[in-house]
Amino acid sequence: MRGPAFIDQLEAAVPGAVAGRSLEAIDPWLEIAPEKLLPACRWLKDSCEIRFDGLQCITAIDWFQPDAKKAAKVSWEPHTELVYHLWSTVARVSLVLKTKLPRWQGDKPGQLPEIASVVSVWRGADWHEREVYDLSGVMFVGHPDLRRILCPEDWEGYPLRKDYEMPLEYHGMRGR
Amino acid sequence: MSQVIEEDQRIIEFDVRTDEMLVNMGPQHPSTHGVLRLVLRTDGEIVSELEPHIGYLHRCAEKIGENLTARQWIPYTDRMDYLAAMNMNLGWSLAVEKLMQYEVSEKARHLRVLIAELGRIASHLVGMGAYGLDLGTFSPFLYAFREREKILDLFEEACGARLTYSYITVGGLTADLPPGWLQRCEAFLEQFEPIIREYHTLLTTNAIFVKRTAGIGVLSPEMAVDYGCTGPVLRGSGVDIDMRRDGESIYTAMYDGYAFEVAVMKDGHYPRDHEYPAVPVDAVLGDCWHRFFVRMLEVVQSMDLVRQAIDRYSRCKGPLGEPLKLAEKLPAGDAYLETECPKGQMGFYLVGDGSAIPWRVRARSSSFSNLAVAPELCRGCLIADVPAVVGSLDIVMGEIDR
Repeated sequence: MRGPAFIDQLEAAVPGAVAGRSLEAIDPWLEIAPEKLLPACRWLKDSCEIRFDGLQCITAIDWFQPDAKKAAKVSWEPHTELVYHLWSTVARVSLVLKTKLPRWQGDKPGQLPEIASVVSVWRGADWHEREVYDLSGVMFVGHPDLRRILCPEDWEGYPLRKDYEMPLEYHGMRGR
Repeated sequence: MSQVIEEDQRIIEFDVRTDEMLVNMGPQHPSTHGVLRLVLRTDGEIVSELEPHIGYLHRCAEKIGENLTARQWIPYTDRMDYLAAMNMNLGWSLAVEKLMQYEVSEKARHLRVLIAELGRIASHLVGMGAYGLDLGTFSPFLYAFREREKILDLFEEACGARLTYSYITVGGLTADLPPGWLQRCEAFLEQFEPIIREYHTLLTTNAIFVKRTAGIGVLSPEMAVDYGCTGPVLRGSGVDIDMRRDGESIYTAMYDGYAFEVAVMKDGHYPRDHEYPAVPVDAVLGDCWHRFFVRMLEVVQSMDLVRQAIDRYSRCKGPLGEPLKLAEKLPAGDAYLETECPKGQMGFYLVGDGSAIPWRVRARSSSFSNLAVAPELCRGCLIADVPAVVGSLDIVMGEIDR
């Protein structure tokens, strides 16, 4: 069902969307070009044969090794990876979308990487995107109300980034 | 002045302009099921907007998981849904096993079903009792906790803990059952079965309960799917999905050969509904009453499954098997798995990089998505209905905030 035919249809509907694929992985996944994420998601939900009507989870993975010695050995370039787990309640199949973003927009530390929000496709994405923004520091462009959700509003930094350092003090409370 | 009021009684009644008011509920409100803060924008008694504020229990368990081995993280999953810790352990263990492509022994499989379904009964009992509490009736809570206590006693005998078990673990279970446990479990089921009728009298058919829940907080199936609602909240809206039947093969294989029917209304009927009280006339599919009723049906369904599991487990010849090493290496790659927990579908995602410590750990909480729909359900309802709606979602803050 998730064979090449289905990927070709996505390619035809949203040219340039599929940037990579791994169909042999435990959970087969498609890599989507970041600028095509929104049209690709919209197609998957509305026009695809298997209507992916449910968004289960959005995860951001920070591929960054703060330890310089270990960093010399890794095979990847530092980046932020977003993983979308979709699911069709009708066909009962799941699909994994991955997309790669720079860790900082334009490599300027402090400038959050940007990607289109998918709240207009699945309303459930609202809180998930807020959580990713809060903990991993990804800016979702077009999100109706992007603010921190789990951490306090005046919290600094993005805890799930690998180079995050716990603050020494927060409002008079000892951090470490 | 008073004369003017007397003269224009009717005009004044309709001319009174109520100012919009912000009402803060929680984070220490008894009916918010933990430390949840709800900010209501009200116009008189009508709620025009509700905004949940979460994060009071946030411990960043995902970050902790990036510093521990997969098996060391099991106790942290206990503390997510602390009312169904067994099911949380199971979800994470299966996700790790999926990544490692590891298969547990048949005996361990049946024991896991047994334990997970008992956990579901315990969780639904709290859900039911606490829901009565939300609506102002105290007795069902005591009746529910009396029976839940017996399940906790059984769990305590099996693993030593009453709330945070860490019993089901990566590669199996930490220990086998003590002698005589199965008989005590069967005795409990025997004694518990007729009590369910009491619960139906206390709540399901109680006129006040029906008035407070029927037709309140109606969640359409489309909206439920759109918001990613799962579990009894989704099935209460008539969507026929249960991960134990529709999930991934590593999870559904556990339930291979078990007979059970998903508790969902089909063609106006619940499975085996002639045995239960009739659906009240005021109840609309997707309202608070249906969400509650689905949980009650699942208690009976889980009892059936426990009986089947006892039967299979006791007929199993082989050994239970040992769990994996504490620092077992994870292969490079990623795996995501959702399991049917009492509150909904709990998803665990992990990325391995070849070492024993996962590179990234993610917990997708069912209560998180279920709570996200609360603002939609509460728009336009009465203030007094807010606890009824939020309570019917059966949320646990430990799981939402992680």
